[in-house]
Amino acid sequence: MLALRFGIVDIGMGNLHSVLSAMKQIGVEATTVNSADQIGAYTHLILPGVGSFREASSRLESTGIGEAIRGSVREGACLLGICLGMQLLGTSSTEDGVSLGLGLIEFDVERFSSSEVGRAPVPHVGFSPVSASPVELFEGIPDRSAFYFVHSYRVAEVTESTWCAHAEYGSRFVAAVALERVVGTQFHPEKSQGQGLRLLQNFALMGR
Amino acid sequence: MKSPRLIFTLLFDGSAFMMSRNFRLQQVGGVEWLTRNYRFASVSEAIDELMILDVSRGVRDRAAFLDAVREVSRGCFVPLSLGGGINDKEDALRLLREGADKVVINSALWRNQRLLEEISSVAGEQSIVAAVDIRSGGGDLRLMTDNGLVAVEGDPPRLMSELARLPFGELMMTSIDRDGTGMGLNMEVLELLGPRFSHPVIIAGGVGKGEHIAAGLADPRVTAVATANLLNFVGDGLARARDDVRERGHDVCDHLSVQSVTVLPGGGR
Repeated sequence: MLALRFGIVDIGMGNLHSVLSAMKQIGVEATTVNSADQIGAYTHLILPGVGSFREASSRLESTGIGEAIRGSVREGACLLGICLGMQLLGTSSTEDGVSLGLGLIEFDVERFSSSEVGRAPVPHVGFSPVSASPVELFEGIPDRSAFYFVHSYRVAEVTESTWCAHAEYGSRFVAAVALERVVGTQFHPEKSQGQGLRLLQNFALMGR
Repeated sequence: MKSPRLIFTLLFDGSAFMMSRNFRLQQVGGVEWLTRNYRFASVSEAIDELMILDVSRGVRDRAAFLDAVREVSRGCFVPLSLGGGINDKEDALRLLREGADKVVINSALWRNQRLLEEISSVAGEQSIVAAVDIRSGGGDLRLMTDNGLVAVEGDPPRLMSELARLPFGELMMTSIDRDGTGMGLNMEVLELLGPRFSHPVIIAGGVGKGEHIAAGLADPRVTAVATANLLNFVGDGLARARDDVRERGHDVCDHLSVQSVTVLPGGGR
């Protein structure tokens, strides 16, 4: 069997520490990777991230890491985007003006509108139940398990060929996406107790 | 639709965890006491978030604080907020780098108006919890800083609406008068919020049992209740309080235990 290597992409944004310790907890040795020429060495890449989409997008492009990730995915690597990392998988975001994502899955990212959330506060913060049709990523996780979300922007809509899971905040929104070996969660599995660790484990088992 | 949260707050003074009553601190025990009485990795299922504040009254030793944080939160996969005496961007970013998902900013809110902008431009608004301590007396509510000792000058509702324009994610409101009393939350503090206030609100100060948490969550303006009552919830106290909150009709979620997740054989290779 091909040796699996797990890399956590470090573009200087977000709490890598949490993802590293979650991977360690499930028995997976992961390392951080912060240069484009190392990306190709990994079979599984995790793109975490909090902060500004525009800033992250410009760092991915200026460092060449974005192009390297696209290259790895073409070669068959598995990729998990978490929170901002999931949003970066898409086409574009309207955060701080329009900026481009990695373009691996076709969707746009926009701020929650008041017509969607009503009087609920933004950001959406807390554990919300996720409804997911049975897929590899949610294997062994009871339907409507709650995951930890903290976000003001969400994926607008996805095309029919993209699998997605939903949660509710005023109205239904996209909580997770998957297209072949590229998956993303709007929530933080590394902060979602046992249910989150199971999801990370399912990702680690992808592509075997 | 609301995602109601129960937050457990720990107060650490550089060597021990503390019980606070009306913001006067009393030592309870060290990391060893805490792990024996709470067994953190398993009680984390009973809470939604953990907050740890450095309440050292003298010079703060962040390295010692972070050591305690790591010790206590090992095996806890919940959001972690850290704070206590954050006055500058470098300190906030250090805590965020070393494991905090959010930083709690209190006195500096009124002293350094640029601080929130500086932190949020790097880490995002959602990484900031603005914490306001409130004293009531003579029918008035006053905003206090510096461990509840110094009143912020100005009209409190107006100060709050000015605060609302700054970049932060959540607001935490703590009643100094109820703090540590276990007599229930002071819901009056919410009157300081204007009708258009749109951030998630954490209310704290006075929680002694599940019923108090439920009463807090019953207010539509409240999305989370925090308790730092270290003595009322020992053993399985947090789990029982959570069950009580659920029985009172609040949709707090179930968490799978971290221990239920088996380790992948062969290091995932």
